[in-house]
Amino acid sequence: MDIMALTAVELAKKIRQREISAREAVEAAFRNIEKQEAVLHSYVTLDREGAFRRAEAVQRRIDAGEEVGILAGVPVAVKDNICTKGILTTCSSKILENFVPFFSAEAMQNLEQAGAVLIGKTNMDEFAMGSTTETSYYGVTKNPWNTEYVPGGSSGGSCAAVAAEECAFALGSDTGGSIRQPSSFCGVTGLKPTYGTVSRYGLIAYGSSLDQIGPIAKDVSDCAAILEAVASYDSKDSTSIKRESYDFTSALVEDVKGLRIGIPRDYFTEGLDIEVKAAIEKAIRVLEERGALVEEFDLNFVEYAIPAYYIIASAEASSNLARFDGVKYGYRTEEYEGLHAMYKRTRSEGFGAEVKRRIMLGSFVLSSGYYDAYYLKALKTKALIKKAFDRAFERYDVIAAPVSPATAPKLGESLSDPIQMYLGDIYTISVNLAGLPGISVPCGVDEKGLPIGMQLIGNCFEEKKIIRAAYTWEQSRTYQRCPIAKKEVG
Amino acid sequence: MKQYETVIGLEVHVELATKTKIFCSCSTAFGGAPNTHTCPVCTGMPGSLPVLNKQVVEYAMAVGLATNCRINQYCKFDRKNYFYPDNPQNYQISQLYLPICVNGSVEIETAAGKKKIGIHEIHMEEDAGKLIHDEWEDCSLVDYNRSGVPLIEIVSEPDMRSAEEVIAYLDKLRLIIQYLGASDCKLQEGSMRADVNLSVREAGAEAFGTRTEMKNLNSFKAIARAIDGERARQIELLEEGKQVVQETRRWDDNKEYSYAMRSKEDAQDYRYFPEPDLVPIEISDQWLLQVKQRQPELRDEKIARYKREYQIPEYDILILTSSKKMADLFEETIALCKKPKEVSNWLMGEAMRLLKEEEKDVDEISFSPAHLAKLIALLDAGTINRTVAKDVFEVIFREDIDPEQYVEEKGLKTVNDEEVLRSTIKEVILANTQSVEDYRAGKTKAMGFLVGQTMKAMKGKADPGMVNRILTEMLNQ
Repeated sequence: MDIMALTAVELAKKIRQREISAREAVEAAFRNIEKQEAVLHSYVTLDREGAFRRAEAVQRRIDAGEEVGILAGVPVAVKDNICTKGILTTCSSKILENFVPFFSAEAMQNLEQAGAVLIGKTNMDEFAMGSTTETSYYGVTKNPWNTEYVPGGSSGGSCAAVAAEECAFALGSDTGGSIRQPSSFCGVTGLKPTYGTVSRYGLIAYGSSLDQIGPIAKDVSDCAAILEAVASYDSKDSTSIKRESYDFTSALVEDVKGLRIGIPRDYFTEGLDIEVKAAIEKAIRVLEERGALVEEFDLNFVEYAIPAYYIIASAEASSNLARFDGVKYGYRTEEYEGLHAMYKRTRSEGFGAEVKRRIMLGSFVLSSGYYDAYYLKALKTKALIKKAFDRAFERYDVIAAPVSPATAPKLGESLSDPIQMYLGDIYTISVNLAGLPGISVPCGVDEKGLPIGMQLIGNCFEEKKIIRAAYTWEQSRTYQRCPIAKKEVG
Repeated sequence: MKQYETVIGLEVHVELATKTKIFCSCSTAFGGAPNTHTCPVCTGMPGSLPVLNKQVVEYAMAVGLATNCRINQYCKFDRKNYFYPDNPQNYQISQLYLPICVNGSVEIETAAGKKKIGIHEIHMEEDAGKLIHDEWEDCSLVDYNRSGVPLIEIVSEPDMRSAEEVIAYLDKLRLIIQYLGASDCKLQEGSMRADVNLSVREAGAEAFGTRTEMKNLNSFKAIARAIDGERARQIELLEEGKQVVQETRRWDDNKEYSYAMRSKEDAQDYRYFPEPDLVPIEISDQWLLQVKQRQPELRDEKIARYKREYQIPEYDILILTSSKKMADLFEETIALCKKPKEVSNWLMGEAMRLLKEEEKDVDEISFSPAHLAKLIALLDAGTINRTVAKDVFEVIFREDIDPEQYVEEKGLKTVNDEEVLRSTIKEVILANTQSVEDYRAGKTKAMGFLVGQTMKAMKGKADPGMVNRILTEMLNQ
């Protein structure tokens, strides 16, 4: 049996039924890792020994007939900005090259509660700043579909690991599209929940008001089950929201009859790749054929989303990243004379170019004299964008949109032109600004053989509607396995 | 020389008396080994998040209400960004845009009469850790035990004109806050800290002069000296035709001189912005009402009530209410013995005398009101006389003993046995024939001497009234 070809839910079932052992699942994941990691580099840290230890512990409970969680024994990869107790957590930055947290993120604890077995920490853009996973201090991750291309970012390592079957599923984080965009580039499914659904406690902050942890997996069913496991109200996170229900899997129903789907005209204009556009329109037609009511509308304020996002996220980041100063933990420069020299050299040497760019941008927009013109205006824009979505959701249950204007760019193409890179976030960042849930589901490949993703956006707390729509779409097609994973089977 | 007027505004930081820190559940207790009262939140570990301590909001509201502020029922926290190692996140969570209390005032009284001092705002914030410079190892160490201890900052309007007014204002704040139980407000220990903003202008001028901010003032005396020093320094500059530079100055109370820390030019840009990790605080009408209803009786109200209810002099009332501790002791003792005048006498007389003798603060009084009430009852019942009572009070004051038990054990009860007294007095009369003769010759002074001799023979335990009666009777026989 090809263990790693199974979805997380299927694998969990087989482990519970003792057809496969937790140890065998970890072994299978590490087999793929050994074959592919030298090329792909999805992981920053692998914890082979710990993974086997955790697998054995879960297995003992299963063997003893104990009640185990929904993901018991399933190997998971976790983005390296999510704190894992006793395991290096670097945010793919030099400045945290030696940082070992002494507590685990709430989401991580929930995963462990569900029985998932952590095997390693995945590569990412440094501090989640980037769209290609090329800003990592520890080297780039390659797209498993074609290693000349980027996997997207910032959760590129997590998405590549899932696509290349180096884990059964992964956790990512999404501040401006960092789960959805690499999911789309890697042909996997990724869900960004409503802000406040998954605790941010233990997620090393980039843009606090926008960050959310979410699942990355092979299909919609996995995403729903994983979200159910990691979502929780957490009194340690003041922005955590007590939801009426944490059930998501009951939405896995193949039925979109009467579901009102809005298509924002502003998202399908120039700038969107023709192949991407065609693939998404085809997917929307399938949903329409299944009984969904599809209608085009004008969302508005789309062009303001990118500047508003980069002002807010950078402002928060400039403050959030101030704690990395060489005093308490992480990297400290070797030689220095006095406190200020220590600060300067540590941060100059410890942060990469993109992080420095955003710290400077954020510091600038918060400076006295500029605060009103930039930061305050960005907050007002954010409120307008939220209102535009509120209006749309009065008429639609789900908004269907692209994830990214094009499929994955080639390695090295993006970093030279940061503005162009920022513009690539156009379809994903509004969702973060408005705090909405969004899912990226695969909908074919382009001529180059690179995956295309469709984004389904829901109103706040209405993950179930996008899960239902995504699931229904998914039933109309078969999972397109990444060629590298297929090759390894043969 | 021209006439100058001093204009002073105060920024007062008060450490709140919560058991736990403002954004985590670590203890605020003093004296722990370095970094033992810490957790990921108050040491700024990556991934940690703040959660607001509700008690901090309630204390801030209580202080705001007691200082006639308007409570902002929708308020927010903001981040103040600056790099310093005592500040683990390199930003302080404070309030800038929407502080919890605004537009208040308190009334002060000085020799010149009563005056209202405006309060611009009161905001909540977190304290920083402590840097310890190790000269021996030539390095600095950080202790984060104080990091995250809740503070309120009370910002006054520039309404004060003299050191006397400043001290009266600080004293007023201290008493209000102590009465509320929101802080012990000790300047020396740093639970109350005042920064003085001072400028001078020609008498009668409309516009304010350039101000300086003075830090490191840790006693009322230091504040008074710093104000006088800074006023003189600024006037001297102006008289020489120079300008006052807007800057922060540090007062050195030993040298009685302040020196510039930083000027406005190199003032930091704190890049304040709304704290995204905390949600806005919404204070419901009901919550506000609850806090209002729980407000204890404050000093001004207490003074008025004492005047109304107890027949004690105003001077005594002012002293009894000059600290919450004393007022509580007074009221708790009255509740037990129903003798306000007597209780007041003991506290005003003996207790104050002993405090002075032992150079102690009122807050250091450790005896229980029950023991003072019992002592008063013993005296009232004639079980002991006043001389013995004073001795017993000293023991109560020092060791908080139970006077009933103590009097019993030490055999201090007044002797009321006529037979015993008569035989003692007989001996006194026989031993002091000269005095007896003097008395009989009309020298009434001799009576006092004989009473004294009798008391001495009785080791002070006789009832002076009885001694007098029996002695008179026997001498006149």
